[in-house]
Amino acid sequence: MINMNEVIETNKMIQQENLDVRTITLGISLLDCIDPDLARLNQKVYEKITSVAKDLVSTGNKIQRKYGIPIVNKRISVTPIALIGAAACHSTEDFVTIAKTLDKAAKEVGVNFIGGYSALVSKAMTTSDELLIRSIPSALDQTERVCSSVNVGSTKTGIDMNAVKLLGDIILQTAQLTKDRDAIGCAKLVVFCNAPDDNPFMAGAFHGVSEGDAVINVGVSGPGVVKKALESVRGEDFETLCETIKKTAFKITRVGQLVAQEASKMMKVPFGIVDLSLAPTPAIGDSVAEILEEIGLEYAGAPGTTAALALLNDQVKKGGVMASSYVGGLSGAFIPVSEDQGMIQAVEAGALTIEKLEAMTCVCSVGLDMIAIPGDTKATTISGIIADEMAIGMVNQKTTAVRIIPVIGKSVGDRVEFGGLLGHAPIMPVNRFSCDAFINRGGRIPAPIHSFKN
Amino acid sequence: MVLVMNRTVITVVGKDKVGIIAKVCTYLAENNINILDISQTIVQGFFNMMMIVDATEAPKEFDQIIEELDQIGSQIGVRIRAQHEDIFDKMHRI
Repeated sequence: MINMNEVIETNKMIQQENLDVRTITLGISLLDCIDPDLARLNQKVYEKITSVAKDLVSTGNKIQRKYGIPIVNKRISVTPIALIGAAACHSTEDFVTIAKTLDKAAKEVGVNFIGGYSALVSKAMTTSDELLIRSIPSALDQTERVCSSVNVGSTKTGIDMNAVKLLGDIILQTAQLTKDRDAIGCAKLVVFCNAPDDNPFMAGAFHGVSEGDAVINVGVSGPGVVKKALESVRGEDFETLCETIKKTAFKITRVGQLVAQEASKMMKVPFGIVDLSLAPTPAIGDSVAEILEEIGLEYAGAPGTTAALALLNDQVKKGGVMASSYVGGLSGAFIPVSEDQGMIQAVEAGALTIEKLEAMTCVCSVGLDMIAIPGDTKATTISGIIADEMAIGMVNQKTTAVRIIPVIGKSVGDRVEFGGLLGHAPIMPVNRFSCDAFINRGGRIPAPIHSFKN
Repeated sequence: MVLVMNRTVITVVGKDKVGIIAKVCTYLAENNINILDISQTIVQGFFNMMMIVDATEAPKEFDQIIEELDQIGSQIGVRIRAQHEDIFDKMHRI
């Protein structure tokens, strides 16, 4: 039988160390909503989402009470809208109407984000893919809860450099349209390489075409718990360090697995995966950077950071896969800047640069995340940053992503406030040398040699 | 037939005073909730109790029991939490 110390340990994790279930994400296929008539399509999409997800929020709240563990977000992901709208949408405005429908449906069922305003263009863009991508700035400007993502590359296909070039422009346009809200639109737009079909985390969640009608995916969290556990092994060797991370990750993931199964049972929707990612929030003591500091670095970004992060990421996975039979999504340590107090401090202290963050993304998911850059950064420079990050994903057969925010009217030394879970960030300097000629070539980068495994 | 047990862990934490256990146990008895295990300590004047109970035969919804225990806690100045046993079991047992 459970003993008192175990009960106290679990409740301490929840009450003092910010252990929570970060998100229950309900994936919904919209493939059966496809219709050449735009009005009818919108109607079907609205009805499908509001009927399948009607109990999502109340189920989440019920589980939260039953186990006494906070379930921070309940969210929805849908089939990439570029596919759903292909038959009905003949202009960017047509696509924006679907974004508004998604927004309305999300409000109706009470979820704070809905993901899947997406296009998968890892080899090339179809006409509707391109229309959707061009509609992203208006869609994100005119909606509140819609999140967008574009997959522009994969290990199997290479990188679609035409899409990369276009997205440099799109990100700037999104920043421009939402400049009165500190470019918040860009915080809801992710560019991916090797995007997973079952990621529960926003802004990059979408319900992939390989998925069933509906699925429950759960993202756990708990950087604070890992940090606290590591405080007890200060000065010990790497074996002890790794063992501690692994055991803690096991415990955290088991909670995610329990919540996922319970939600699946209550909603009669199949359970998909648990995402093991350590996801920080701006709250004090809920930071991945603080774990790196606890491992022995003065600040995240100091020499040794990439090695420490590699070790952390690996141990989290080793503990996590033992705890759940279905691990998926992104499953790695997140290193967003604005959402992590320790990362913000590292940037402000001058310890952490975009280049170091890029190196860190080689050993962990997910990528350059929530990084504010000067508003006068050129579109081609943004495309260059995206291309670099996509290349890391493509060659290393892993997911990488870019969620970068050019803040119009602000420059290095300024700060930007997004609020809530998105946090705040100092504007980071960007390499000023040109990559115009490289980005303007057009076409695609071929798949790497090690993708030919057949 | 094996009866599926609906086991719940109740934790009570707060400043020690007369009648904490009596109050909680009275509530449990009134609601047909069976106590399977109790452990209790006092550390530096702080009352710390854990109970494992079986609420299978309780006439009320689990949500309501949590709510009412929480209210009793507020009345006597301690924090009472009720959580389904599974969260501890999953976390600490393979």
